[in-house]
Amino acid sequence: MNETIGKQPVSQSVEPPVEPQGAPPVEPSAQGARGLISRYWWVVGLLITVVVVIFAAAFASSDPDGLERVAEDKGFLDAAQGSSYEIIPGYTVPGIDGTVSTIIAGIIGVAIVFAVVFVLGRIMARRRAGRA
Amino acid sequence: MVLASILAPLGDAPGGLQMHAPDGFISVPLLVVLWVIDLAILAYAVRQTNRTMDERAIPLMGVMAAFIFAAQMFNFQVAGGTSGHLLGGVLAAALLGPWPATIVMTAVLAVQALIFQDGGILALGANLFNMAIVGTLGGYAIYRVLARLFGGENRARIPAAAIAAWASVLLGSGAMALELGISGTTDLAVALTAMLGVHTFIGIGEALITAAALGFIQLTRADLFKLRDARSRASV
Repeated sequence: MNETIGKQPVSQSVEPPVEPQGAPPVEPSAQGARGLISRYWWVVGLLITVVVVIFAAAFASSDPDGLERVAEDKGFLDAAQGSSYEIIPGYTVPGIDGTVSTIIAGIIGVAIVFAVVFVLGRIMARRRAGRA
Repeated sequence: MVLASILAPLGDAPGGLQMHAPDGFISVPLLVVLWVIDLAILAYAVRQTNRTMDERAIPLMGVMAAFIFAAQMFNFQVAGGTSGHLLGGVLAAALLGPWPATIVMTAVLAVQALIFQDGGILALGANLFNMAIVGTLGGYAIYRVLARLFGGENRARIPAAAIAAWASVLLGSGAMALELGISGTTDLAVALTAMLGVHTFIGIGEALITAAALGFIQLTRADLFKLRDARSRASV
C-alpha cells in the first residue's frame, strides 16, 4: 500500500513530457513541457519530416515512376529536355555520393519549402492586418 | 579526367530521382494556356487563403509543405519495374482546406523545379495544373462529396480522404495524358490507357500514405483539424 502511494506521484510527473499526444490546442498560456510541445509542435512536425527524408533516401525504389515508365514504353522519353542549369539535380548534392547526398539534399529541400511557405504566410497575414 | 567526370552528369536527360514532367513533353502553346489558368487560380487561392487564414495555421502550412516534399522523395515499388510517389494534394486539402493546399502544392512543385531540376521550368505550367490544381482541387471536391455520403467529415475523414486520394492521382495523370495527346507527343488514347493504367496502382500508395498521415494527426493532434474548421466557419 505504502509503496504504491509513494510511487504514484513519481510516475505521474514523468509521464506528461514523454507523451506529446493529446496536447491542448496552440495556447500561449500553456505551461511547462506540455506547453512547449504544443507551442513548438511544428518543430516536432519538421523532425518527423526529416525522418521521412532519411527513410526515403534509404529505401526509395530507383525504378522509373509512372510518367517516366509510360514515356519509356511509348517511346517519347527522348523528347525530354534537360535543364539549362543545375543546382541539386536528381536529389543528390553534387560532389557527395550515395544515400548521404540524398539525405542532405532532402533536408535542404525541406528547409527551403518550409521557409518559402512560412514567409509567404507571414507576408499574407501582415498584408491582411494592414488592411483591417 | 576528373573535371570530365564531375561535369558528366550535367546536361544529361532525366535520370536518377526524376518525378515530374520535363520540358519537351508538352507543346509551348499549350503550356502558355496552362500557365494563364494556373496563375489565375493561384491568385484566387491566395485571396481566399488571405481572407480566411488563421495565423496559427501558417506553421502548419509550412510543415505540410515540407512533409509533402519529403514524402514525394519516397518512390514506392509498384508492379512491373515501376515506382510511384505521393502527390499529397488531398492530404493537404483535408487538413488545410482546398485553397491553402493549392498554395502548399505550388510551393513544393516550384522548389522541385527551380532548385532540384525535377520537372522543367516551362513544364511547371503543366505540373502545377495537373497536381496543384486538378489533383488537389478535384481530389478535394471528391473528398467533400464522399465525406458527406459517409456521414460527415469528422466521422468519415479517413476513408473519404483515402478514396479521394486514389481518385486524385487518376485525375492528375489523366490530365497529364490529355496534355501529352494534345501536344502530339504520343497518341491520346495510348497515353490515356497507359497513364491511367499505371496510376491505378500508384493511387493505392497515395491512398495508404494519405490515410496513415491523417490517422496519425487524428490520433496525436486532432485539434489541428479544428483549426481549419474554425477558419471556414469564420469565413461564412
